[in-house]
Amino acid sequence: MALYRSHILLGIDAETIMAGVNEVKKAIFTELENRGLDNEVKVVETGTLGIAGRGVVMVIYPEGVYYAGLTVDAIPALIEEHIVKGRTLKSHQITPPVKAQRVSLASDRRGTEIKERIVLKNVGRIDPENIQEYIAADGYEGLGKALSIQPKEVIDLIKASNLKGRGGAGFPTGLKWSFTASAKGDQKYVICNADEGEPGTFKDRLIMEGDPHKVLEGMAICGYAVGATIGIIYIRGEYALSIKNIKKAIADAKKLGLLGKNIFGSGFDFDVRVNLGAGAYVCGEETALIESIEGHRGNPRKKPPFPANAGLWQKPTNVNNVETFANIGPILLNGADWFKNFGTKDSAGTKVYTLLGHINTPGLIEVPMGITLRQIISDFGGGMLGGKKFKLAQIGGTAGGILGPDLLDVPLCYENMAEYSLVLGSGAILVMDETTDTRAILTCFLKFFKHESCGQCVPCRLGSKKMLDLSRGLENGTGKKEDLDLIIEIADSMFKASLCPLGQSPILPIKGMVKYFKDELLAKVS
Amino acid sequence: MDIKAIISKYDPPEENLIPILHDIQEATELKYLKDEDLVAVADYMNIPLSEIHGTVTFYSMFSRTPRGRHIIRVCESAPCHLMGATTIIQALEAILGIKVGETTKDKNFTLELTACLGICAVAPAMMIDSEMHGNLTLEKVKEIIDGYRKEVS
Repeated sequence: MALYRSHILLGIDAETIMAGVNEVKKAIFTELENRGLDNEVKVVETGTLGIAGRGVVMVIYPEGVYYAGLTVDAIPALIEEHIVKGRTLKSHQITPPVKAQRVSLASDRRGTEIKERIVLKNVGRIDPENIQEYIAADGYEGLGKALSIQPKEVIDLIKASNLKGRGGAGFPTGLKWSFTASAKGDQKYVICNADEGEPGTFKDRLIMEGDPHKVLEGMAICGYAVGATIGIIYIRGEYALSIKNIKKAIADAKKLGLLGKNIFGSGFDFDVRVNLGAGAYVCGEETALIESIEGHRGNPRKKPPFPANAGLWQKPTNVNNVETFANIGPILLNGADWFKNFGTKDSAGTKVYTLLGHINTPGLIEVPMGITLRQIISDFGGGMLGGKKFKLAQIGGTAGGILGPDLLDVPLCYENMAEYSLVLGSGAILVMDETTDTRAILTCFLKFFKHESCGQCVPCRLGSKKMLDLSRGLENGTGKKEDLDLIIEIADSMFKASLCPLGQSPILPIKGMVKYFKDELLAKVS
Repeated sequence: MDIKAIISKYDPPEENLIPILHDIQEATELKYLKDEDLVAVADYMNIPLSEIHGTVTFYSMFSRTPRGRHIIRVCESAPCHLMGATTIIQALEAILGIKVGETTKDKNFTLELTACLGICAVAPAMMIDSEMHGNLTLEKVKEIIDGYRKEVS
C-alpha cells in the first residue's frame, strides 16, 4: 500500500456539489498530476465537514487545515502553497470549527474532558462510498454483536440505553421495538423514515450522504430484534445524493454478505430497498408514509391499530427515523451505560441539530442533550449575524415551539420541553434577530401548514386555510384585532380534533408567537 | 418515449406505482403525466384508474398538465423566507414574465413554490429540475436563468 504524505478530504454533499466540488476535484487531480504529486497526496471524498454555507470545503491532513469557498481557479495556488511550499493559503483558510465537530462526554474518571460524537462520528472523515472505510471504523461490528445474542437481549439493551426516537416525537425506541417483536405476523418490516421535510431540517440528508452504512447497520439490527427480514428506506424524492449513496451502500453491503441472506452465517436474512417520496410533508407521519409506500395517497391512518401490529400491507412494522437508526450500531458496540454517559438523566445521548437563520455560521452540529440555546448560538453559531440582538428562535421546524430571550438558558432535553411549551422535534434551530417581522413570519408558518395539509380531515383542511387568511389580514392591516383570538381558537380545535400530528401542531408556534409578540402581531389592525 | 419499456422495468405490485410515475414523468418532454400513460399503468398494475389519479394528484412532484422543460421550484419555508425568498420569487416572476404556477409561452420554464428543500444553510434556495441553487441574489438568479436559456435555445 502506498504511503501518502498528505490527505485532502473533500466534503461532498448536496451543497458543495452545487458549489462545484466535482469541478474542483478534477482540478485538484490535474494539478497533482502535472506536478507529479499524485503518488504523494491522496484525495479522499467524504461527507459533509460540518461547515455549511461556505461553498466547497476541504481539510488537509496531517496539518488539519480547513479551506472554504474553493473554486477551480484557486486550486493551483492552493497546491503550490500548501502541498509544495508547506504554507497555508490564507485567502481561503478558515478556522476549523472544532466545537462544531464534537460533543463532549461529561468527564472520565480523571475528570478530564473526552470529546466524542456518536451519530456523526464518521461523517467528514471516511469516504461514504467505500464500505471498507466504514468497516475500518468499527462498522458492522454492532450488527455482529447483535447477532451473537438473543433478539430479546438486543431490545433490552436498547431499552436500557434510554434512546428516544429522533424523528420528533421522542418515543422510547426499545419499547417501540418490543411492540413489533411481540406482534404476530408471517412477515414483518423495518422502515427507515428518511422523508425529511420539516423546514430547516437536513440532518438526515447529511447522515445518509456522509455515512450511509451506519443507517443500514441500525436497520439490520432492528430487523433481527423484531423479527423482520425486509427493510425499506423511504427517502424524499428531492434528495438525489442521499438516494445514490444509500443505493450504493446497499449493493456493497450485499456483496460482502453484511445484508441479504444468512448474514455473518447466523441464519438471519435481511434485505433493504429504497422507496422514493414524491413531495408531501405529511408522509413523514409514519402511517402516511406506509400508505405512500403502498402506492396510495399519503393520508395518515387512524390509530390504533399502530404500525407495530398492522403497518405495511397490514403486517407488523417498525418505523424509526434516520438519526435513531444511526445510534443503534454504536449502542450495541459500546453498551447502554456508555450511551447514557452523554446527555442528561432522562435524555440520553446526543442530538443532531441544524443551526440556521441570523447567525454567523449556519450548519450541522451534534451536541449532548441538555445544552442551552445560548451556548449553541455562541459556541457553534459564531454569535448573532452582524452583532444584532436576538429576538426569537424556533426549535423543531415550523411545527416547533418559540423561544424568546427568557428561555436562552433552558437546557434543551426531552424532560424540559413540555414545561416551556417546546419540542425538540426534528432538531432544526432557526434563529431570528431584532429586524424580523413577526407578522410575516406567522403568515409564513401558516402558509406551510395550509400547503401541506393532506385534506383528509376537516379541522386541518379548513382550519389551516382560514388561519392563513386571518394571518394575512393581520399582516396587511385589513383584519381585525379579534382575528388573533380566532386563529388561536381554530388552532386549538385542530389540536383537539385532527387525525394526525400535522393538524395538531400549529397551536404550538402560534401560542409561542402570541406569548411574545401579541402587540406586534396586532400593530397594523384596529 | 416508449412507455412500455419504462413500465416493464418494474413488477406490477402496487408499491412500484410511485417509482413508475416518477420515471414516466421524467421521460415526458413537458414533465407531466398524460391520460393515456395513466391508463397504461392502470392496465399493467391492475389498479383502478381512479385510484392512480388519486395518488398522482396528491403529490406535489407530479403534474397532470403540461409544464415547461425546466421546473423551477423556489422554497418558501421559514428559513428561506427569513433570508429573502420573497424578493427572489418576485425577481423570477419578472425575469420569466409569468406568475407562480404558470409556464412560459416558449414552454421552457414552469415556476413553482415548494416547501423546504433541505439546503437551508444556503437560503434562499431553489431547485431547477434536480439541480440545487442556493445563496440566491437578484444577480445570481438572472445569471442562472440566462444559463438555462442559452442551453435550450
